[in-house]
Amino acid sequence: MSLTPDDVKRIARLARIETSDAEAQATQVQLNSIFGLIAAMQAVDTRDIAPMAHAQEVTQRLRDDVVTETDRHAAFQTIAPAVENGLYLVPKVIE
Amino acid sequence: MSDTSLSSLAAQLAARQVSSRELAQTYLDRIAALNPAINAFITVDAEKTLAEAAAADALRAAGQAGPLTGVPVAHKDIFCTDGWLTTCGSKMLHNFVAPYDAHVIRRFKAAGMPSLGKTNMDEFAMGSSNETSYFGAVKNPWNPACVPGGSSGGAAACVAARMAPAATGTDTGGSIRQPAALCGITGLKPTYGLVSRYGMIAFASSLDQAGPMAPSAEDCALLLNVMTGFDPSDSTSLDREKEDYTRDLNLPLAGLRVGLPREFFAEGLNNEVAAAVDAAVAELKKLGATTVGISLANSKLAIPVYYVLAPAEASSNLSRFDGVRYGYRAPEYANLDDMYCKTRAQGFGAEVKRRILIGAYVLSHGYYDAYYLQAQKIRRLIADDFNAAFKVCDVILGPTAPGTAFRLGEKSGDPVEMYLNDLYTIPANLAGLPGMSLPCGFDSKGLPIGLQLVGNYFSEAKMLNVAHQYQRATDWHMRLPPLGEAPGARG
Repeated sequence: MSLTPDDVKRIARLARIETSDAEAQATQVQLNSIFGLIAAMQAVDTRDIAPMAHAQEVTQRLRDDVVTETDRHAAFQTIAPAVENGLYLVPKVIE
Repeated sequence: MSDTSLSSLAAQLAARQVSSRELAQTYLDRIAALNPAINAFITVDAEKTLAEAAAADALRAAGQAGPLTGVPVAHKDIFCTDGWLTTCGSKMLHNFVAPYDAHVIRRFKAAGMPSLGKTNMDEFAMGSSNETSYFGAVKNPWNPACVPGGSSGGAAACVAARMAPAATGTDTGGSIRQPAALCGITGLKPTYGLVSRYGMIAFASSLDQAGPMAPSAEDCALLLNVMTGFDPSDSTSLDREKEDYTRDLNLPLAGLRVGLPREFFAEGLNNEVAAAVDAAVAELKKLGATTVGISLANSKLAIPVYYVLAPAEASSNLSRFDGVRYGYRAPEYANLDDMYCKTRAQGFGAEVKRRILIGAYVLSHGYYDAYYLQAQKIRRLIADDFNAAFKVCDVILGPTAPGTAFRLGEKSGDPVEMYLNDLYTIPANLAGLPGMSLPCGFDSKGLPIGLQLVGNYFSEAKMLNVAHQYQRATDWHMRLPPLGEAPGARG
């Protein structure tokens, strides 16, 4: 398998990371060498092997449906890049 | 040199030979003297540290001191710390003052242990050399031209240089053990789920685990007593009875069965490291242990599996950094989408972006089965190998890293070369098993060599017992880098 610079730009688009053509070229070389390393996996016969998603076989706990958090939005918004009237400001998305 | 072990510092505090404030000041002075050359800390705030130390002294005066009250520690900058800059080594969080404490921080605060500051690390814990930090590389105290390992490189370096008696670290693929090895200290990654990940900035959630880093196994046992415990805020935190990890330290090793995986002593292992590990095995045999050859046949696939699973989880975890609620936002952008793309392009470093891209790719339509699912299946094969091995041995022993500390810049241009550093540490993360590194010698260049122990699930007390008995018989962990005297308790 080999990624092209266009593949890199497509993935970067999925990940919302702006990438120039020159960066895509350089990244392509490194990603291909990493995928070369990963390719060793493909030779393994894993039929009938159950995937292991987690280190411990535990299920999600349930808890009572009660409020456990206090309202700290003012404290949280003091570290935001842009806020006004308790709202996070972002560029306009609806004209 | 004064004894700066945690038990000794605790005894001096209890005997009122020194106050927590005096002790903290002594370490702050040493940080001020040494950190400019080592760069182990991203944030030091003497005023906050001394206030916490004064509070510890007040606790003691009120008769409410616990076993380690007043002993200062340094925290990896991955733990959210209320009111402290918490950067995770990234430009993305260069201005992030955490509005709450991570569970680990809460536990240290509850124990009355002041923070000496926030330690440098590879950006978002992605790296094995500390060179990916936005705040500059950490230098290895044993040779400042060399890396300290990573990602908890600042933690390992500050402990090695005795700028702190102990430190916290996190380990996703070796980030506690490999820097502990390269800096000549002891570090332990607990069983997955033993230490809460709440407030610990996430890299790969199914692998991340916090643990202690300190000169000795005894220190690590004391710290583990502070760090572990059920936390309902972390859905993977295990609800188990609280253990005393110091309880077995002094048991004899007679009858201990040490498993030696042949795959960990194969091609690629530096000869001097191999010789030091062999000598450690001989030492354990003198103490009554026997050895048994084992095979972890699928561990050779650990790196490929890890570089699918960890980036996949990271690409999801790091999607939260979008420039809206906290952290960096690009100064100029055309619209909302452009703001996300520019913020993330400018806020993340090259290695973090590489891993996000790998993750986005392996999770994308048409590739999921071939990469992510296949990796999860091989992960089980790797875990099964360990389960089989623990039927014939009590603890698995091998090298922590294939070599000693390498030179700054030596591997930073080649990601694959860098990734191979974690060959021996990643398997334990994939299986969720506890692993530790302890010093077992030096190479001909005077750089420390690390010995790795991997134990069965929840066998931390046994591993610490083995490490402590080894450290009673050897003095590798007592050696100090050539930086000057460690601080005496009286400063």
